[in-house]
Amino acid sequence: MDLLTLTPAGLYCSQADFYVDPWQPVARAVVTHAHGDHLTPGSGAYLVARPGAELARARLPEGTSVDGAAYGERRSLNGVQLSLHPAGHILGSAQVRIEYRGEVWVVSGDYKLEPDRTCAPFETLRCHGFVTECTFGLPVYRWLPQTEVFDSINSWWRDNQARGRATLLLGYALGKAQRLLAGLDATIGPICTHGAMDRMTGLYREAGVPLPETIPVSSLPARHDWTRTIILAPPGAEATPWARRFGDAATGFASGWMQVRGNRRRQALDRGFALSDHVDWPGLLATIEATGATTVWATHGFTAPLVRFLTERGLEARAISTRYEGEREEPVES
Amino acid sequence: MRRFARLYHELDSSNATGDKVAALVSYFREAAPADAAWAVVFLTGRRPRRAVSATLLRSWAAEEAGVADWLFEECYHQVGDLAETITLLLPAEGSSDEDRPLSWWVEQRLLRLGELEIGAQRTTLLETWRALDARERFVWNKLITGGFRVGASARLVIRALAQASGIPEETIAHRLAGAWEPTEAWYRALVDPDAVNAGTSRPYPFFLAYQLDLPLADLGDPAEWLAEWKWDGIRAQVVRRGGDTWIWSRGEELLRGRFPELEEAASLLPDGTVLDGEILPWRDGAPLPFALLQRRITRKTVTAQVRQQCPVVLMSYDLLEHEGTDVRLRPLAERRDQLAALLGTGRGDGRLLLSAPVDGADWPAIEAERARARERSAEGLMLKRLSSPYGVGRRRGDWWKWKIDPYSVDAVLLYAQPGHGRRAGLFTDYTFGVWDGDHLVSFAKAYSGLTDEEIRRVDAFVRANTIERFGPVRAVEPRLVFELAFEGIQASPRHKSGIAVRFPRMARWRTDKPAEEADSIETLRSLLENVRRET
Repeated sequence: MDLLTLTPAGLYCSQADFYVDPWQPVARAVVTHAHGDHLTPGSGAYLVARPGAELARARLPEGTSVDGAAYGERRSLNGVQLSLHPAGHILGSAQVRIEYRGEVWVVSGDYKLEPDRTCAPFETLRCHGFVTECTFGLPVYRWLPQTEVFDSINSWWRDNQARGRATLLLGYALGKAQRLLAGLDATIGPICTHGAMDRMTGLYREAGVPLPETIPVSSLPARHDWTRTIILAPPGAEATPWARRFGDAATGFASGWMQVRGNRRRQALDRGFALSDHVDWPGLLATIEATGATTVWATHGFTAPLVRFLTERGLEARAISTRYEGEREEPVES
Repeated sequence: MRRFARLYHELDSSNATGDKVAALVSYFREAAPADAAWAVVFLTGRRPRRAVSATLLRSWAAEEAGVADWLFEECYHQVGDLAETITLLLPAEGSSDEDRPLSWWVEQRLLRLGELEIGAQRTTLLETWRALDARERFVWNKLITGGFRVGASARLVIRALAQASGIPEETIAHRLAGAWEPTEAWYRALVDPDAVNAGTSRPYPFFLAYQLDLPLADLGDPAEWLAEWKWDGIRAQVVRRGGDTWIWSRGEELLRGRFPELEEAASLLPDGTVLDGEILPWRDGAPLPFALLQRRITRKTVTAQVRQQCPVVLMSYDLLEHEGTDVRLRPLAERRDQLAALLGTGRGDGRLLLSAPVDGADWPAIEAERARARERSAEGLMLKRLSSPYGVGRRRGDWWKWKIDPYSVDAVLLYAQPGHGRRAGLFTDYTFGVWDGDHLVSFAKAYSGLTDEEIRRVDAFVRANTIERFGPVRAVEPRLVFELAFEGIQASPRHKSGIAVRFPRMARWRTDKPAEEADSIETLRSLLENVRRET
């Protein structure tokens, strides 16, 4: 019998009776991270990595049972060894390692390889079967070193200041926003945040992640002079009445999708910064090789090209259909 | 090349017109004239022919990137732009520290590519990719693949050139009209305030009218307006300078030798005269069918027999240059008086006619005249404000076209697929688009209206200019413009354009129009608004 099976509720380990990132309520859920497409409310009990426990609790209904396991801590469930390991995606993100009678499977969740000051770095795990995301599973997605991306964000902010324009930088409220904060040069000017980000940012600070000072936009008068300020907001906020107070602001979006010019131009953004919390194509191939896995299941993203590519190289690869979205292509309210 | 790549990046990094103009101005101030000349070529949408086939380009790029052909195609589908796909896939940035000028890349590399054997083309491309950094590579790939659109319209480029040189926009626009070679000397003359309009053959930029989309009452007093027939011919300028004559079409193509009878008639005009008018097939005081004229312009030589079968006249609408002076900014009424005086002295030779005003005491009377347009083989009326200058490009307000059939737009051929039955094997079923900002959005399919000869020519174009295939459907270079006529228009959320038209057909192949001058989605929207207002 297979250690993991795909059921209508999600990936299931029948030997130990738990689901990984189920999208329907189940009795026991092991969850890789707190993004909405991986963390579905309504299950009886949740197990997450301890650094992400508060984020998960904040996004689940009050009273939900959430247990936090330290990275690497082994739990034994009916002969199955279960442990969580850093995925480098956001604070508390984890890969799920499942071992039974010498067979090892790893479910990656979302992950990236680049170091990130807001979370523990990705850990490579040897395994027989690897369930991997492939949000950016095409060779056009090769990230530049993040220092270059942050340099261009900071110099864009300076240029906007020099032109007397406010800087509106869009990014997801959980994970991307805090990574951006950690990479901004706070000596340039004040950093303001949209209300949707404040709660998550507070939880990062409580977890001990050092972040620069931020000022909630809502705490400032409407007629405030914004021209020296960078404002972080979730995608979609730029098209709302909320954003009108910033006047003729320059608008940028930090997302892996910004690698492709057409995505940016369709949304009439001034700047796109290809900064992603997902692994790029070279990283994806390197990771698959490093795991030593002979069986690879590709979940969300460009699964078909990856499966074909791996199959041509002699791996047993298939695409499995999940509800995970990875990074959304268009800015939406989140 | 680095400076030009930076300009491209700056134009691409802002949606604010002011930022774009500022970036252009500083480029034109800093760039060497030889480079600036080529920059003007590319930024205004003129470009050399594509020298390397897209198929070869793809396979070389895939090879250099170490990516299988199928994976390259997957990437292309995701990115949607060949130049960008190649840029994103190529390995690490080039290593050369040498920064050669744009003019060198164009003249020594780009223009010579076409003459090379395939093997040498491949070597040149690989060497180039290996020498350039990511931004330069992207610009270079854009230059070889053609589609050089960067969200800066020709109008912005003209504005920037005017600011950088201190010369009025109208003068720059005039100097950019017609044919020229992008040399260093040409660019120096373009931005030289003291240069006399060097190219003596040069036409003025055509002034174009909008489709009337507001109630007549909003135009005010009819006495302030000139109404004249809108004729179905070839819009043209006749330039008479220095004892020579040039005839230019709307697409700024020189029609030299095509209409010898008009050149003969124009030789009677005084030097320093430019007329704007319509070339019409004409006999016994009335126009002949337009198709006759189309047949005539496809002939290489104009025999006496052709002249006899399809005699032409220039129906003169306007006078742009009088006694060597640019009179475009004078009021229309004054220009028309001078035009009438000029042609009234017998100088027209019966071939240069004056477009007669259509008189009406009030708007209802003028509207009644318009209803008789078909009897006169006219397309409708033109309404021009008598105080108006002769502007540049298409502007709202002073000039309106008021066709009998309100439902007609100029659209660009985007996709073609083979027909059935008698037309099997020929690309006869077409999808057309109009401009939405700087890209084309498809809005209608049409199958009918072309002659067999025209179908054969479009078919050959499709085969030679395919940029992508989706099963039987070919995406083609957006270059051919057709006038589409249709019976009705309505909003439709199912269509990408948001608009559906009824019974579209090709009324005419606009060989005189470049794709840039096709209509925009706004034209369709205003037609739709009219329908709503009327019902």
